[in-house]
Amino acid sequence: MTTAISVKNIGKQYKIGAAETKFRYNMLRDVIMDTVTAPVRIAKALVGKSDRRMNQNYVWALKDVSFDLEEGKVLGIVGRNGAGKSTLLKILSRVTEPTVGTVTVRGRVGSLLEVGTGFHPELSGRENIYMNGAILGMKRAEIDSKFDEIVDFSEVSQFIDTPVKRYSSGMYLRLAFAVAAHLEPEILVVDEVLAVGDAEFQKKCLGKMGDVAQQGRTVLFVSHNMSAILRLTQEAIVLNKGQMIMRAPSQEAVDYYLSSGQSQAGEKFWEAEDLSVANAEFTPISLKVKERSEKVVDTVRSTESVFIEFEYQLNSSITGLRVGLYVSTMRGEYIFTSFDTDDAALYENFDTRSAGRYVSRAEIPADIFNEGRYMVGVNASSFGVKRYFMDENALAFNVDISGAPGTQWGEPRVGPVRPRLNWKIEKIDN
Amino acid sequence: MSETAKYEPHTVYIKPSKGLSSLNLSDLWIYRELIYFMVWRDIKVKYKQTLLGMAWAVVQPVMTMLVFTFLFDKVAKLPTEGIPYPVFSFTALLPWGLFVTALNQGSRALVAHQNMVTKIYFPRLILPTASVFAGLVDFVIAFFILVALMLYYQVTPAWHLIWTLPLFLLLAIITALGVALWLSAINVQYRDVNQALPFLTQFWLFATPVAYSASVISAKWQVVYSLNPMAGVVNGFRWALLGVGNGPDLTFWVSATISILIFISGLFYFKSMEKTFADTI
Repeated sequence: MTTAISVKNIGKQYKIGAAETKFRYNMLRDVIMDTVTAPVRIAKALVGKSDRRMNQNYVWALKDVSFDLEEGKVLGIVGRNGAGKSTLLKILSRVTEPTVGTVTVRGRVGSLLEVGTGFHPELSGRENIYMNGAILGMKRAEIDSKFDEIVDFSEVSQFIDTPVKRYSSGMYLRLAFAVAAHLEPEILVVDEVLAVGDAEFQKKCLGKMGDVAQQGRTVLFVSHNMSAILRLTQEAIVLNKGQMIMRAPSQEAVDYYLSSGQSQAGEKFWEAEDLSVANAEFTPISLKVKERSEKVVDTVRSTESVFIEFEYQLNSSITGLRVGLYVSTMRGEYIFTSFDTDDAALYENFDTRSAGRYVSRAEIPADIFNEGRYMVGVNASSFGVKRYFMDENALAFNVDISGAPGTQWGEPRVGPVRPRLNWKIEKIDN
Repeated sequence: MSETAKYEPHTVYIKPSKGLSSLNLSDLWIYRELIYFMVWRDIKVKYKQTLLGMAWAVVQPVMTMLVFTFLFDKVAKLPTEGIPYPVFSFTALLPWGLFVTALNQGSRALVAHQNMVTKIYFPRLILPTASVFAGLVDFVIAFFILVALMLYYQVTPAWHLIWTLPLFLLLAIITALGVALWLSAINVQYRDVNQALPFLTQFWLFATPVAYSASVISAKWQVVYSLNPMAGVVNGFRWALLGVGNGPDLTFWVSATISILIFISGLFYFKSMEKTFADTI
């Protein structure tokens, strides 16, 4: 077995706070001084010796990460947002350079991230296939030999000479994916593809990944979807704050990740500056996704109840207030809407809410969600009178389907809900 | 997996690049097809959904020439060393048009292709280079107009000098590419470039002997004047095509040296900034 990827002590440092200096004027004198010294500063900035360095903080997005990956292996990468997953993939695909360390990569690296990059709306499907292929590093002869295959796969053959700006978004995506899928890189990196495209497209991506893995090529798979990690990878690494804290068989890595509480926050707090001053009566404070044990979690199990808590402050008494949840897929399709005063008794009791601090807490019963990532939106309004607050994309959470109905088959199921239905099977004839 | 496209994996070493160490121009050769496709796309897309289409490549320089003829020939009556003014100015508009296109397209090339830069590896040099080459098509079209103009005004080309024209064209490309490299790399971090471009091209046009003859500049200022690399290019074009001016003298070599310096420094500057493009764009 040869090594496909060898990563040695790589680190990537980013500057933060570069924008702050632009807004630090507080006196006219500063402005004038700044203008006078501008040529010097610009000259320094151009040669890379910026004196802003003092005002900047540096962060290590990735630090001291080392691992080897053998050819033909599928490696999962898990970690919360900002853990360095995407930075790692960017370094491997040579989009950005590491600050320290070395990587040795054997073969071409392709990623399903690149889908549609370089597509030009004015060019026809045919022209875009060539263009996109060249951008992804294919030789012209290679594109020629795969052209028919790509067109077949994309299912847009009768529109192949139409400018892609006339395509539907589905056609566009299929064509783009077809090109990326036929690149046949030795190493494929997949980053959160499952968040884009429709269900069918996601299935295609996963299917393609499976094919690639079976052909003995190397795959790096980054996802927040633990079920997909378990299904598609044998081994996974866990990143936390830029450091690799574990490499283990996937089940072990996923269990560690979910139990160590470093899976992404699962809560959102609103800051005063995020809020509109127009709605002084209602101030949202926090939104949390919790499991039964009161622990705030980012990933919930579909076989257990999920609790969603919305905390807010009423600065004056409001009549007829209802606080609602909107749960939708990441594609923005609503799954359901529910208000805290849906129940007739609560509706009567909370006809008027006096000023004060409140929590509206909803229990979403088990066996509702399919695996994937879902968005919670919140809303506060008095029906027909006024809307006090609305945030349609307040917080996202993941659903893990271990033990859910039908998981014995291991195949992904379409549709956002995964109810436990009462089936009966009767034999009615011989 | 088709057998025809069998591909031998090569090993890539990724490490932080140190200073100006690696120009890595061999990568440019590996990706040469991408340059071709980018040029082809730029040309293909440029006049899409326009009424006049490719005719714009003719209309733009011809209109400029007509305005110049009215202002500088009919009104100001500038000297043209015995050449009919339309031919005199159009000869200069050829390299100038190439330069301006390169300046405008080239300096925006990286920013305009943000999603490519942040998602895929390829030699970033391809983007400004392709923009400059795409301008050559307009140049060729305009060249035919010049031939027509010369026939109409019965201007005999300087046959004995015309072989030098490709060299001056090369100098024009080097100048344009050099400036495009500088501006495109700066533009990644400081979008001031977009704001400055219109002024820059306007001032540069006045500082270049396009509408007038370089001979109107007094002798003691000639060397200072030739610090403008485009002055050398434009004078060279007039000399090679029409036989006017002194040919490559001291002022020309000053211009040419500046061109080459801009190009080489641009290449190094671009390369040293390249590693941060994806992070700062």
